[in-house]
Amino acid sequence: MTRDRNAVITGGSKGLGRALAFALGKEGYKLAIIARNPEELASTATELLNAGIEAHAIPGDLGNPSDALRIAALAHQHLGHIDLLIHNASTLGPLPMPALADLDTEDFLQVLQVNLLGPHRLTRAVGGTMLLRGSGTILHISSDAATSPYKGWGAYSAAKIALDHMGRIWAEETKGSGLRFLSIDPGEMNTQMHADAVPEADPTALADPSEVASQIAVLLASQIPSGSRIEASSARARS
Amino acid sequence: MKAATNLPRRQQLIALDTKSATPSSDRASQLATYLQSGDLVVVNDAATLPAAFQASTPDGKTIELRLVQRRAESEWLCLALGPGTWRDDTDQREAPPAIAPATHLRIGDALTAHVIDVSALSPRLLRIRFHATEVELLSALYRHGTPIQYSYQSRALPLSWLQSPYAGRPWAVEMPSAGRAMTWETIRRLRARGVQIARLTHSAGVSATGLPQLDAYLPLQEHYDIPSETVDAVTACRARKGRVIAVGTSVVRALEGCVHERGQLLPGEGDTQLVLDESFVPVVVDGVLAGLHAPGESHFRLLSAFADPKSLEKAWNCAEHLGFQNHELGDVMLIAPPALLTQGIVMSPMTDALTSIGVSE
Repeated sequence: MTRDRNAVITGGSKGLGRALAFALGKEGYKLAIIARNPEELASTATELLNAGIEAHAIPGDLGNPSDALRIAALAHQHLGHIDLLIHNASTLGPLPMPALADLDTEDFLQVLQVNLLGPHRLTRAVGGTMLLRGSGTILHISSDAATSPYKGWGAYSAAKIALDHMGRIWAEETKGSGLRFLSIDPGEMNTQMHADAVPEADPTALADPSEVASQIAVLLASQIPSGSRIEASSARARS
Repeated sequence: MKAATNLPRRQQLIALDTKSATPSSDRASQLATYLQSGDLVVVNDAATLPAAFQASTPDGKTIELRLVQRRAESEWLCLALGPGTWRDDTDQREAPPAIAPATHLRIGDALTAHVIDVSALSPRLLRIRFHATEVELLSALYRHGTPIQYSYQSRALPLSWLQSPYAGRPWAVEMPSAGRAMTWETIRRLRARGVQIARLTHSAGVSATGLPQLDAYLPLQEHYDIPSETVDAVTACRARKGRVIAVGTSVVRALEGCVHERGQLLPGEGDTQLVLDESFVPVVVDGVLAGLHAPGESHFRLLSAFADPKSLEKAWNCAEHLGFQNHELGDVMLIAPPALLTQGIVMSPMTDALTSIGVSE
């Protein structure tokens, strides 16, 4: 039996999110992509359409509490049902990234809004129809900063480890429901975000987001149990 | 009865056994214990729209519009209200200025519309064409609109309080609020017990217009979409003599309306004008989970299709005595006949996901 497979990707206009849109689109997924900048988002959606991939652009800001319901409503309106929700959007906070002692707590709160509370709101708004259908995957894009303490990464790291743990608790609370919560650490990639965080890094030493996205698409298609956290780089090294 | 005005609150349940006419009270979280393996619970998965918004006319007047009924792509029947806010009793709101056909309207900074015509039912009921695609209209509503609410509330309700736990497509003009009891945990408990859950989408409409002569026409025709797996689940439930329980009157209206107007339960979209009252004999739905409605209210008459008015009144009095609260944030009532199946039937917990295939397959 074949059927439509539909995915929602936050932070879908650039970097890993854009690469995931192409990787999943080539596998037959219909997409709703979310990003703050409407022009960049529309341009990525056009490129996807030109590649024969059905993609709907929904401008929105995960850091804005009132946006989650609109994003979920429009995604359901466009796609009918949703099989896969990828929480890929995230922010580093103020640049250059300050030490915790120099980090304004209000800026910390905004990082938590985008990287942690926004995903919670959107999962609540999208996960319920998955629950009724008894099927759906929710993927949190994590980071090695969730497990290693790097100077200057306080807000981002705290949000990412909380995101990972929130995913594990979602998994516990939905055991046996058909919902699957996964976290994937994609490793260091050649993206705008990486250049913002580590301007001195050599881009040629970083992974290509397209390769990481293909790897993630393979991981998603495998039977990884709910509550798992996977490091894409070590999965690449093994293969 | 006092209107519930805050969340979170511990939701209460009155369960009325329609045969013994005995109401019993419990926490709503115990809903699953009143149902058994082989029963089927059908929910309305419509998300609630921010359906009330301000519009300005070319002569500088501001009116409040409320979406009432979708008529076509970007075309809605809307209710116009005069000066004031939801804090004013809808029935006491001043009349809006007369709005003539072809009047241009501006909503926020990016959306315009015009009046196509004025309903014969009331000069306050306008057919409006929005100059936008459906998605642009929805986006503008989420930006400029607020949920429809009434003066018994003490604060402006956030839209997130008015969403069912499993909301999908944004079709409901007001919250199908019986669904509030169907938390993710309650769904888990129901499934663990062998109760199946199926869904449909129904565009639950406005509950009051402020005009008695217009309220008499409510509910207006409403749109629904019944998935084929839900038709199959209802058929199978009836065949095994389980109970079909509708969560909310919108689900009753969709299922019974479909049978009434199309001759049988068929998958797909449709519109229903079915009006339920004590004389209506349901053919698909055995019981209903609903909000608390006082004797005399139109919803009370609707519930009389499932239980005799005397036992309903007894259940209402019991709820009132226990300090239950009503309206969209309030408590619920389960009205159901006793199970025919004394032991229930043994079902695989995954049976109701039989049409779903994991993402990995």
